[in-house]
Amino acid sequence: MNPPAPAPDWTALRAEFPILDQTVHGHPLIYLDNAATTQKPRAVIAALSRYYERDNANVHRAIHELSSRATNAYEAARARAARYLNAASPDEIIFTRGTTESINLVAYVFTPRLRPGDAILVTEMEHHSNLVPWQLLAQRTGARLLFVPVTGDDGQLDLSRLDELLASNVKLFAFTHISNSLGTINPAAELCARARRHGVITLVDAAQSVGHLPLDVAALGCDFLAFSGHKMAGPTGIGVLYGRSALLESLDPFQGGGEMIASVQFDHSTWNKVPHKFEAGTPDIAGAVGLHAAMDYLDAVGRPAIAAHDEALARLAYDRLRGVPGIRLLGPPGARGGLVGFALAGVHAHDVVTFADQEGIALRGGHHCTQPLLRKLGVPATTRASFYLYNTPAEVERLVTVIHQAARFFGSAA
Amino acid sequence: MDLTELYQSVILENNRRPRNYRKLPEANRSAAGNNPVCGDEITVYVRLEQDRIADISFEGAGCAISQASASVMTQRLKGRTVAEAEAMFERFKGIVTKGTPDEEDLDLSAFAGVHQFPARIKCATLGWHAALNAIHGEAVTATTE
Repeated sequence: MNPPAPAPDWTALRAEFPILDQTVHGHPLIYLDNAATTQKPRAVIAALSRYYERDNANVHRAIHELSSRATNAYEAARARAARYLNAASPDEIIFTRGTTESINLVAYVFTPRLRPGDAILVTEMEHHSNLVPWQLLAQRTGARLLFVPVTGDDGQLDLSRLDELLASNVKLFAFTHISNSLGTINPAAELCARARRHGVITLVDAAQSVGHLPLDVAALGCDFLAFSGHKMAGPTGIGVLYGRSALLESLDPFQGGGEMIASVQFDHSTWNKVPHKFEAGTPDIAGAVGLHAAMDYLDAVGRPAIAAHDEALARLAYDRLRGVPGIRLLGPPGARGGLVGFALAGVHAHDVVTFADQEGIALRGGHHCTQPLLRKLGVPATTRASFYLYNTPAEVERLVTVIHQAARFFGSAA
Repeated sequence: MDLTELYQSVILENNRRPRNYRKLPEANRSAAGNNPVCGDEITVYVRLEQDRIADISFEGAGCAISQASASVMTQRLKGRTVAEAEAMFERFKGIVTKGTPDEEDLDLSAFAGVHQFPARIKCATLGWHAALNAIHGEAVTATTE
């Protein structure tokens, strides 16, 4: 057992994110759009520069020195990602462009496995990126899409009929770990265990949890897990699909091209071994190097501490925003991920976002790529504040003040 | 800039109490407009008599800019010919993209501040696009449930 890590010095950590040191419209920047993308610490930016200044070459191709360094750096990032997720082997880590491509990869390679009458199970709180790929897969194969319902504004999954759903010829169950619009933390290990009892393959969308919570694929018991580097202090353009080895071995390739082949004839080819079979073309090598630095950074701070910090800010925001006249808060009142979504009566989210932006506060307004969910809840758009390790309670207080002002300005209290 | 430059009182007032916000039972044209990025949705109903907009109304949900713009638009287009409506939309586009007010049309000029917020120009023009689509489109009978 490791001794408990000392509490991080949050003020010192914040100073490691150069972008935060600026004013926007005459006010100090308060960046609360972390569920969309997080900012990057110097360690990550430096790793990218260092790679391009010293080691850049293509991977797995040439035998010269730089290529060997680039290949080593790229494969070291893969091994680091395996450790970050507690995967059994680096071969279970496929580099992609991000969560969306990871999910599309699975949806594509599952095409030959589904037939009419089969079903794919998702939940009503999925991001479009964990819904539309399955809609496309259903169209290609004649399979049906089934949904685990969301109870209401408290944003919980209604699991009362889960076993019945899982027994309805479901081949694959894909669900989000943390909802990007509600902040709900789903019981991922329980969902995977129940799916496994029905012989159903599971995919966890970890986009909103990977940079915040400790993630352990062995403990979760999932078959696939998808995430993006840029939502966890890493660069854009790089992401991961974790897949259980035996499963990956049994699947056909995704895209064709260089690196994914073993031998190519004019009329046919044989495939490289896993995970390279799923990585056609030159990958985002620098992105992988940056992701490696981000994982090191987050583990040095300590993921349990980050999770507690982000949740504390979200709960503070939830409790303090309750006092705004005409506000409707979405998601669970108790335990939640590091974000809060809300709607103001009579005030559109985009007006709230423009108002806050003039005060230097970056928020997100809209449907957050969860259109069907918001339609079900009867809100056309919500405003979302999402927190990360560099945000402070003082920033939350400033947010609450500005939301009060916006409500008055647009007359929601009238 | 001061937010009141963007959100002029005309805009805030029309957002709080949008004019001609209803279905139009006797409409013979209608068109929907939506902005998938923000989720703004609007439907414009028009009763076109020969070349003239005898009546016009709208329904929808969206930001203050899109709702107020549609509200002001219905007031300005009622009774106009198709050619006048087209010319007025051109003037309005000039106001919201260049920020130069039109001295003769103070209500439309209230939207001049939008030009400083390029992402919001499409909010301001959403209702106008739907109205012009309705006017130019095939005759449809709007539902009157």
